[in-house]
Amino acid sequence: MGLGQTAAGQITQRFDLAVATRVVVQPDDKGGQEGEAATQLPWDAPDRIKRLNGVDAAGTVSNLQIGDDLVQNVTGLDTGAGKALQVMAGSAGLWDAVRAVLQTGRFFDAGHDQRADKVVVLGKHAAERLGINRVDSQPAVFIGDEPYTVIGILDSVSGRAELNDAVIMPNGAAREAYNLQSPDAVEIRTAVGAAQLIAEQAPIAIEPNNPSTLVVDAPPKQGAVRKGVEGDLNALFLLLGAVALLVGGLGIANVTLLSVLERISEIGLRRALGAARRHIAVQFLVESVIVGFLGGLLGTAVGVILTVAVSWIRDWTPILDNRLAFGSPLLGAFIGLVAGTYPAWKASAIQPITALRGT
Amino acid sequence: MSATAVALPAPVVEMIGVRRFFPGPPEVQAIREVDLTIGPGEYLSIVGPSGSGKSTLLHLLGLLDNPTDGVYRLDGVDTMSLRERRRAVLRGERIGFVFQSFHLLDHRTVLENVALSMVYVGVPRKERMARARVALERVGLAHRMEFAPTTLSGGERQRVAIARALVAEPSLLLADEPTGNLDSANAEAILEVFDELHSEGMTLAVITHDDHVSRRAQRQVRIVDGTLQW
Repeated sequence: MGLGQTAAGQITQRFDLAVATRVVVQPDDKGGQEGEAATQLPWDAPDRIKRLNGVDAAGTVSNLQIGDDLVQNVTGLDTGAGKALQVMAGSAGLWDAVRAVLQTGRFFDAGHDQRADKVVVLGKHAAERLGINRVDSQPAVFIGDEPYTVIGILDSVSGRAELNDAVIMPNGAAREAYNLQSPDAVEIRTAVGAAQLIAEQAPIAIEPNNPSTLVVDAPPKQGAVRKGVEGDLNALFLLLGAVALLVGGLGIANVTLLSVLERISEIGLRRALGAARRHIAVQFLVESVIVGFLGGLLGTAVGVILTVAVSWIRDWTPILDNRLAFGSPLLGAFIGLVAGTYPAWKASAIQPITALRGT
Repeated sequence: MSATAVALPAPVVEMIGVRRFFPGPPEVQAIREVDLTIGPGEYLSIVGPSGSGKSTLLHLLGLLDNPTDGVYRLDGVDTMSLRERRRAVLRGERIGFVFQSFHLLDHRTVLENVALSMVYVGVPRKERMARARVALERVGLAHRMEFAPTTLSGGERQRVAIARALVAEPSLLLADEPTGNLDSANAEAILEVFDELHSEGMTLAVITHDDHVSRRAQRQVRIVDGTLQW
């Protein structure tokens, strides 16, 4: 059960559409001197990116260093809530790029950005902390001493989860109030399947002279996803198979042990007829190997039939590995051999006198 | 005629000062001091009440158990120095067992049961079957060869067991209370088979608590408290 859920979760994650279409470009931290970035992203990076075929949306996002300034609601009471809030800046295209959904109000647009309007959009958790849940009365928040009008509250974003805890203002306002020099990163939402291509092209489009100074965060390739899913499934079924083999082996061991106890007088008789300990051990070993082999054969047959049946019902393409089909009975025989060792040794250790006594 | 048998130079069984103690506590002295010689073609009975050590003596004679000390030669082979593997071979080749409770395999036919005793001696399968048929004819069960032992009467089952004991051509036929589970008519039939075998020169040792069975033997030995009395 746990295994099944784990695998299902793993596979769902691999196929998550939001993950598969998200590309993030940012300057390489290591490239520059003294830990500074080697390059700065241009403000028009989203426009450059959007010219690429396969880009659905792009926008910049930045964290603002606001120093000792606090984020407070209009009452001016320090509730302590503002300290944990991050102040961020973005371009108008950011919202589409991170698939932002509004709870209420509106996003800021290019006009707000150009005019450097003092407006903000609140992340979902940020709004809760500040005690703001509606925007029709044009509430304001103070960042430091400056009031900003709240024009919208986010409901959800994908990819960049820190937006939920942030107060986001347009780049224009951020440049004016906090002297933001350049965006931290560009969030790109691509068409399905285009992420790999965009990841290659984006640095060249943004920084044609020096594309290697940018790092790109992109989803794994299709093939890699497929391999990953296959790996997950294989691990899952190998685990299930190992558990089944263990149970089966214990079953064979148990049955053989019971049959040894049941046939004590037969063992005694065979010893009296000249069988050495070795003969008795070999007899029970052979029996458990045969049981294991037949079990493997039967299991393979049932497995093949089930695979084909399930595939037929669900319109899948059945894929069978011949080596597996032929190897399973041998594996079964091996399990039988291992499982039969202890009972066989037990049987060979039975003294003929004790075995012949009684009935 | 007993005098001639004892006088033969190469006895089948030769036990000298054999003792068998089972470590305790308390230590059980099952066989205290036994000297026993059985010549070829002899028909010996060993009688004794239960607890007298006769089963232990049978196990020792049949190489199913080892004496604590003493000498036991079977067909002149000193069995004390043999390893378990060799003892098993010797047991299969030289000794035929007949048990009170028959010990037949229920899921095998009569013929297969008889043939089983030659498996460990290394007789090829074809010859095993042929010899098993002959042995079954000898004990008068030619018409029962393909039957399951469970469908036979007690007397018939014991005759199957005798056929099985004989078919490997042993030097010594060891019978442990062979008539214990049989009514008097069937018991009589079995004893007649023994008489016949004796007249054909087979060496027999029958262990019993029944004086009637014991009297049929050519020589009788009584065992009391782990020692033999003549």
